Amino acid sequence: MSVLDAKIPEGPIKDKWTNHKNKINLVNPANKRLIDVIVVGTGLAGGSASASLAEMGYNVKAFCFQDSPRRAHSIAAQGGINAAKNYQNDGDSVYRLFYDTVKGGDYRSREANVYRLAEVSANIIDQCVAQGVPFAREYGGLLDNRSFGGVLVSRTFYAKGQTGQQLLLGAYSAMNRQIGKGKIKMYNRHEMLELVKVDGKARGIIARNLVTGEIERHSAHAVVIASGGYGNVFFLSTNAMGSNVTAAWRVHKKGAFFANPCYTQIHPTCIPRSGDYQSKLTLMSESLRNDGRIWVPKNMEDVEAIRKGTKKPTDLSEDERDYYLERRYPAFGNLVPRDVASRAAKERCDAGFGVNETGEAVYLDFDAAIMRYGREKATVEGEPNASDERVRELGEGVIEAKYGNLFQMYQKITDDNPYKTPMMIYPAVHYTMGGVWVDYNLMTTIPGCYAAGEANFSDHGANRLGASALMQGLADGYFVLPYTIGDYLADDIRTGAIPTDSPEFVEAENAVKERLEGFINNKGSKSVDHFHRRLGKVMWDKVGMSRNEQGLKEAIAEIQQIREEFYKDVFVPGGMYELNPELEKAARVADFLELGELFAHDALHRTESCGGHFREESAEEDGPQKGEAKRDDKNFAYVAAWEWTGDPSNAKLHKEELTFNDIELKQRSYK
Amino acid sequence: MSKSAILKSSIAKKWWMALTGLFLCLFLVGHLLGNLQLIFITGEEGKQAFNEYAYFMTHNPFIKILSYLTYFSILFHAIDGFLLTIQNKKARPVNYAYNKPERNTQLPSRYMAILGTAILVFIIMHMANFWAKMHFEEMPLHKVERTTEQEQVIDAQGTTTMYYDTSSYYLTTKGDYLSVKAFEDQEGRKASGEIRNETEFYDTRSELKVGEGYKDLHSLTLAFFGHDKENEADLPANEFAWLAVILYVLAMAVLGFHLWHGFASAFQTLGLNNEKYTPLLSGFGKAFSVLIPLGFAVIPVIIFLTK
Amino acid sequence: MKLTLKIWRQKDANDKGGIKTYQLDNVSEHMSFLEMMDVLNEQLIAQGEEPVAFDHDCREGICGSCSMHINGQPHGPDRAVTTCQLHMRSFNDGDTIYIEPWRAKGFPVIKDLVVDRSAFDRIQHAGGFVSVGTSGNTQDANAIPIPKADADKAFDAATCIGCGACVAACKNASAMLFVSAKVSQFALLPQGKVEAKRRVLNMVEQMDKEGFGNCTNTGACSVECPKEISLENIARMNREYLKASVTGE
Repeated sequence: MSVLDAKIPEGPIKDKWTNHKNKINLVNPANKRLIDVIVVGTGLAGGSASASLAEMGYNVKAFCFQDSPRRAHSIAAQGGINAAKNYQNDGDSVYRLFYDTVKGGDYRSREANVYRLAEVSANIIDQCVAQGVPFAREYGGLLDNRSFGGVLVSRTFYAKGQTGQQLLLGAYSAMNRQIGKGKIKMYNRHEMLELVKVDGKARGIIARNLVTGEIERHSAHAVVIASGGYGNVFFLSTNAMGSNVTAAWRVHKKGAFFANPCYTQIHPTCIPRSGDYQSKLTLMSESLRNDGRIWVPKNMEDVEAIRKGTKKPTDLSEDERDYYLERRYPAFGNLVPRDVASRAAKERCDAGFGVNETGEAVYLDFDAAIMRYGREKATVEGEPNASDERVRELGEGVIEAKYGNLFQMYQKITDDNPYKTPMMIYPAVHYTMGGVWVDYNLMTTIPGCYAAGEANFSDHGANRLGASALMQGLADGYFVLPYTIGDYLADDIRTGAIPTDSPEFVEAENAVKERLEGFINNKGSKSVDHFHRRLGKVMWDKVGMSRNEQGLKEAIAEIQQIREEFYKDVFVPGGMYELNPELEKAARVADFLELGELFAHDALHRTESCGGHFREESAEEDGPQKGEAKRDDKNFAYVAAWEWTGDPSNAKLHKEELTFNDIELKQRSYK
Repeated sequence: MSKSAILKSSIAKKWWMALTGLFLCLFLVGHLLGNLQLIFITGEEGKQAFNEYAYFMTHNPFIKILSYLTYFSILFHAIDGFLLTIQNKKARPVNYAYNKPERNTQLPSRYMAILGTAILVFIIMHMANFWAKMHFEEMPLHKVERTTEQEQVIDAQGTTTMYYDTSSYYLTTKGDYLSVKAFEDQEGRKASGEIRNETEFYDTRSELKVGEGYKDLHSLTLAFFGHDKENEADLPANEFAWLAVILYVLAMAVLGFHLWHGFASAFQTLGLNNEKYTPLLSGFGKAFSVLIPLGFAVIPVIIFLTK
Repeated sequence: MKLTLKIWRQKDANDKGGIKTYQLDNVSEHMSFLEMMDVLNEQLIAQGEEPVAFDHDCREGICGSCSMHINGQPHGPDRAVTTCQLHMRSFNDGDTIYIEPWRAKGFPVIKDLVVDRSAFDRIQHAGGFVSVGTSGNTQDANAIPIPKADADKAFDAATCIGCGACVAACKNASAMLFVSAKVSQFALLPQGKVEAKRRVLNMVEQMDKEGFGNCTNTGACSVECPKEISLENIARMNREYLKASVTGE
């Protein structure tokens, strides 16, 4: 028996959540006033959790490192949010959403959690509309839906390309209401740097006021970590510059297990790197693959000519192009899932066919779509004999109506006109499915310490479907955590305020001070970014889209080496008690340097391929699926939860076996 | 009304600016229509029409209310504008070292306070030149030269000869003519009438008011902007008429710029913004801001050139 | 590209601060403006100097963190972009570029180019919400149809990223565009109508308290707004405020 108890309620899957809610302990309203909860992070999960907990009557202290809770990186989500509303009458149901999510996650998520997610998904939409979130509507005044990757129904609600922004502003407004009432005390520009445990329970945090540099003690009866994902371990990702693992990593080092760190989603359609100075990558919505065809030249001479600028992509005839996704996956073509499309692009670029100066780009070409739409339009307009030029003009109009804002964004960044020349795209790190291990109640292995949203691991398995991240963040924050936390807090109604002068707080504060002073006094010769870039390169090259044993072992050794050099040679200018962005980065990169190693270690131990984790050793060797990912359900149908032992490579593995009672395990095929 | 301080909140202060501003725009229209009589109706008729108009404007009780409203509007617009400007300056204690406001705004919108101050100075001068005289100073009264049949002489041949007498008369508000001579002491004879309270004609024997004259603003104005020494009211010609004309025209240009931004802006402040009508309104505002000041400006120019 | 940068340096809120000049060579036209700043900071760190502090996070124009007044304009010479979306190809070799923080009483400087925009948060606390609890039992999302035109307008207003460029651009440092965007979003939706009067009165009161200037309808805010929020919103807020003050709650 594992030490891990997921506390999944008994009963049929569709009744689990209802029964659980009926049975768990409640805290009466008068007592809620006596209980403090700390929430770290104010994205969809943290923001919605803070607002809901405060509404229920708890005293919430919310922390974010940004200058306002509204700037959390949930704001950047483009596409949409799934919900099993079945407004389109296409046969959608809670079960279908549950099924799609488990299958999309390559059967590495916890069934009960996913079912609950699907169950509350409809409530999220009701809630957000009630808050005034302006979702897209049809002319009849009802909500519009669109279809997203990997599913057969239209269940995605959206607000143009800014769904994340609108949902976050909804949660932010709910927070504002509570901040105005004094129920949430908001700590902007504060970063959590340590968890404080008293008698084995999470009882507070040590945070740094990023403006004054002061180290502050904050106590509470429970601590919620909603600090997002750790994609920035790759240095370059679509995450915000400040997105970091520190809060999650600090609780991990205090005893919370870290689950499946190697599950990373690499999104296929991002704008490629343009040079060494590149600071982050920009995502282009997945919807572009509906009309764009992905290709690289067939011949090496053409690749070289294009790189030199002597040939343009439009000079190449159809015969000279390799539409590799259509070639490899005739059934799904350009619409294969994210992980498959990403790996295929990498395969071509590794073979030398990358089309930009860095050799890391493929074309996403709208020419065929422009001409096809143009011809349709010409027919509709009564111009059956329109010239090619006229057809192109009409077609460009259609494409503009569909993707105008994305094309404009692309042009702003690259200065290329995607109507005239194919877009260049390349995969980039986008989301991390792994995270802090939590049970059904979203509690970590530290009593009183919870994790919500991208920071936890529970719902997406090894791969996340489009429009599911927003759903999970809000489900955790609005509808799950506020209930389940009561079960734990019911025991704390007589505890009283937690004092911050206990030895545990003093010790934690001193540890933080010592760590930060260490960076300031190090006086090395290299900037924090220097090390972060090196770490990112190792991660990308060896722990990126496809992984093998040798590479992973090298990666572990290299990360250890970089970490050692980092502590010896990092230079952090400025002082401790002032606004010091370099110091902030140093503390974050220090944690990435440890996480990176555990990440590689996890990838090394999981010798199967599943979802975003592709092990070259575990591919189909023959048959129609040759070369595709091969899952190993016999040996790896478990959650790998790692316990900190003082050194990432010696982390102790705990397994939570995954059992699937309501879904049959199948191989994903896109041929 | 708990939270809205009708005078204190930033938006309320702006409404007052907008309301008083728009009211003053209406005033401008009325004022211009009156002024245009100076050039569109010529000769004796014009003079009479203009002075009758001036009389009406200073005596009609309804107009009086309007004029008090106008004084109030000017004062309030100026004081409120001044307060807003001070507040606005305080809202940016440190300025940009390098700023390019011309990249995002039209010029007049940035200088409303300065334009407004210039207009205020103009209004004060303008009122000193005309309004104050009209109200507080002794003004020449409206006189007309009339030729009347004096006597009919039939000579021996039976030929009839008419003798006419041409002399000056005061025009009264009732349309009567009173001989100027009657109010002047003649050689050896005291005047039979007296002018009291500037404009009232009295018969000194009966102590009865026999009529009321018009102040001759028309002649005053022509004398101010013209350089004709032979004006009817015997006013001294204005040596600096050229300067008055130039300053007046400049002031109207300033007013034009002020209105260029102010007119449409007032509607925006009052919340009257609509996809369909706002473009029309702003077009109208621009036309208004050009035509009204232009109308005012041509009057002294024409007077200067023709008188 | 070679550039001369004139950057506002200020140690902390109490420091007087001033413009300092830096030379930067090897700037690629493909860099974003913030990547150019990264390069400068790397150079400063290598020289043992303190790097320039500036706010930034998502670097894709949506979080609203970045806030630089570049060559006399918030977010620089391009239209409809944030600083992070501005690319160096908008400048020429040999250019001198002035970089300053937002200037407003309501946005005090914290350090270098970093300003404190919490005034915006406080305005939102005063009424930037619909008072609905997260019960999960709110009525069905499709229970109230909303005309598409209204929903779209509400969305357009709601795209405000709260960067503060409107305040920075306004000669009066007025926050009307920001506040009106939020007021408009809710005023256009049936959900927001219930509290419309309280909301507009409270938010405007807080806005005034924060020391922002008054709107003189110059329109600079909307021109410089990276999300092109329309002036129509300000008119709508004026209207809402008038309605609320005249009729009372």
